[in-house]
Amino acid sequence: MAKAEFEIPDLKEYPEVPPVQPGSMAHSKPFVAKNPKFMEPLGYPAELVDDWQEKAIEHMGELLGKYRSLQVFLDACVKCGACTDKCHYYLGTQDPKNMPVARQDLLRKVYRRYFTFAGKYFPRLVGAADLTEDVLEDWYSYFHQCSQCRRCSVFCPYGIDTAEISMAAREIMDRIGLGQKYCNEIIGKVFKIGNNLGLPEPALADTLEGLEEDVVDDTGVEVKYPLDQKGADILLVTPSADFFAEPHVDGLIGYGKVFHEAGVSWTLSSKASEAANFGMFIGSYENMRRISLRIREAALELGVKRIIFGECGHAWRVAYSFLNTLAGPFDFLDSNYPVPQHILEFTWGEIQKGTLKIDKSANDHMVVTFHDSCNVARATRMGDEPGGQFIVPRNVIKAVCNNFVDMDPDTIHEKTFCCGGGGGLLTDDLMELRVKGAKPRMEALRNVIEERGVTNMAAICAICKSQFTKVLPYYGMGMDMIVSVHQLVSEAIVLTGQDAGDDEQEDSTEDVA
Amino acid sequence: MSFLTVAFAALFYAATLLLVVGLARRIRLYWKTPAPLKIPTTPAPTTTGGVVLRMFREVVFFESLFKGAKWTWLFGWVFHMALFAVLFRHLRYFQEPVWGVVVWTSPLIKYLAFAMVIGLLGLLGRRIFVDRVRYISAPSDYLMLFLLLGVGISGALTTFVAHTDVVAVKSFFRHLMTFNFETMPNLPVDPLIIVHLGLVALLMIVFPISKLLHAPGVFFSPTRNQVDNPREQRHIVEWARKLER
Ligand code: HEM
Ligand code: SF4
Ligand code: SF4
Repeated sequence: MAKAEFEIPDLKEYPEVPPVQPGSMAHSKPFVAKNPKFMEPLGYPAELVDDWQEKAIEHMGELLGKYRSLQVFLDACVKCGACTDKCHYYLGTQDPKNMPVARQDLLRKVYRRYFTFAGKYFPRLVGAADLTEDVLEDWYSYFHQCSQCRRCSVFCPYGIDTAEISMAAREIMDRIGLGQKYCNEIIGKVFKIGNNLGLPEPALADTLEGLEEDVVDDTGVEVKYPLDQKGADILLVTPSADFFAEPHVDGLIGYGKVFHEAGVSWTLSSKASEAANFGMFIGSYENMRRISLRIREAALELGVKRIIFGECGHAWRVAYSFLNTLAGPFDFLDSNYPVPQHILEFTWGEIQKGTLKIDKSANDHMVVTFHDSCNVARATRMGDEPGGQFIVPRNVIKAVCNNFVDMDPDTIHEKTFCCGGGGGLLTDDLMELRVKGAKPRMEALRNVIEERGVTNMAAICAICKSQFTKVLPYYGMGMDMIVSVHQLVSEAIVLTGQDAGDDEQEDSTEDVA
Repeated sequence: MSFLTVAFAALFYAATLLLVVGLARRIRLYWKTPAPLKIPTTPAPTTTGGVVLRMFREVVFFESLFKGAKWTWLFGWVFHMALFAVLFRHLRYFQEPVWGVVVWTSPLIKYLAFAMVIGLLGLLGRRIFVDRVRYISAPSDYLMLFLLLGVGISGALTTFVAHTDVVAVKSFFRHLMTFNFETMPNLPVDPLIIVHLGLVALLMIVFPISKLLHAPGVFFSPTRNQVDNPREQRHIVEWARKLER
């Protein structure tokens, strides 16, 4: 078990709602972006401005006029309490300010004080408060304890989405010069180099070449992983973690194999070498738009006909729900296909057409369960039917795997629990929060391991994969039990011309093991 | 006219004005504020008809709340449905002639006053005894429940225990509605009805400046009223379009 300086929550057989423990996470804060080079490229002041109070109220006013969600959500909450036990961060930390409504109230009390009649004249009565340094500190702490997973919004009678509130709060803080280092540094890298990890073009080309060699070694088939290939039909935009992190890269290998067997021409782009869009996490329309426009430019330069996104949760949200708004219209692409498409929509389409030869037994050593990523589950769709985002990934898994088991129904589909590392919190300075926030998912996972013999959990999000790899050991589970969905596809797919002998050999080694 | 009658006449005109103007301004604000991004909580309907149905289920059955908190749903739903039924029954104090349905249903609906009070007591209990809900409650959250309990209990008492001169009260409101002050009768000097009417006026006044804005708000919630079709139809608002120039 990994060592920790904090208490790791006990996993229970039946989930329970713990009592409140005020202040238990007040110390949790991510590093502040102190260096101007993390703030200025995004258009924010380098450090906390002198008149930050006034400015913050001014920005709040501006956002209230620009976002109906913010205006309505701040007014409508009746404090019914339905959301109080729905947040994984509350369940894992017991800090009452991690209850969605209490998190909103940190912003709402200031809204009421400066923007409503009742708050101006009867602040104590309605819980309104001035924007003091303490309040700002609470903002910084607790709006960075929300992964913007939207689970609370499912159960709220008015659909109040705390993610919207967190985004607004982070945008206000950025604009007064109080930014989070992790997110802002990454966005800077995207602007400068093209991806979150800061991988320049030669490094990318190198990595992709390496992948091609690996696949040849494995299968004897030359599957291409093209970069910047003009005139290709499909532009694949995928999270940069797919280029080398485990298990992400096995998913990328899988996408390539599927494209290869489908006989389509495709390419990656060194300009849009990143699907992630952290502009969403910091609630900045402008930055989110700037990041999205790279994809449009890459598509135009390469002359592709379609855009497909790789496995990533929030990236799929920005792609599916926002890309057309931010960087559209995409009338220069082939209108026979949705813009953009998810790689799983593509793969499921090919499976249905029968273009892929599948040997399910290649995954027989696993009993697989599936983690619905929060953004995919509650902010997007796949396919034509509502709920396709739950069905398509499971269909693909079941098509390549004989043993599939779902976790507790209260923890999947629209009720899925966040991995604990979403929303711009996937940073080592928030390790305690990440471990504790993973508790509800870990609980559900451990229960299917014990009751149903599950060996692996498949995910379709770069953040989920990295987060689980890191936190599973804290709960005494193996970090390698997390797999990419396209890794399963990759294992099961039999490439045309693939060395049959090779296959058998692999099987027999498995038997020995 | 007695001082009491004049005072209540003025009070109800003021309360009505504040309610109507306040609500209209708030609704206008919600209407005018753009929603720049598609953010329905999915799975969401892919057609406008589907959205209307979703909204209907939210408003009539409190669907999301049902998923989230069964006891709150039970008490909350009973309270609201009883409230709406009782409000409907109140038409008989304002109409001349009174609709047939109001007359027929009236003897039954009057018992729903108890359901309303029980629902409110349940909600109050939850607020007091569940530590999480207690934590998020401000004084105004309790006062709102007390206010509604006051309205409900005083109303039930006039109906079931100490009958008031309903004919005079109705005549008072008919005169108010038609701005006819010459033949306006005096309000009966009956503490129960005075309390009931006073609390109702207070409720009308606080409505547009309190959390009761959830009633219009729910219809404007983007996570519930948006169609899930961002790939098919480009969604863009005015301020965002300006960035494109
Ligand atoms: C479209 C109309 C309305 C809808 C859909 C609606 C829906 C809801 C829902 C779902 C709740 C949360 C559950 C609960 O605590 O009961 C709630 C709470 C509440 N509603 Fe409404 N409501 C509407 C109109 C009204 C009206 C007209 C009033 C009063 C005059 C009212 C008073 C309240 C109060 C006081 C609460 C908070 C209860 C508490 O403190 O727990 N609502 N409403
Ligand atoms: S969006 Fe997710 S992380 Fe944020 S308050 Fe809601 S449930 Fe918690
Ligand atoms: S569920 Fe919605 S209305 Fe109820 S307390 Fe939470 S945010 Fe407020």
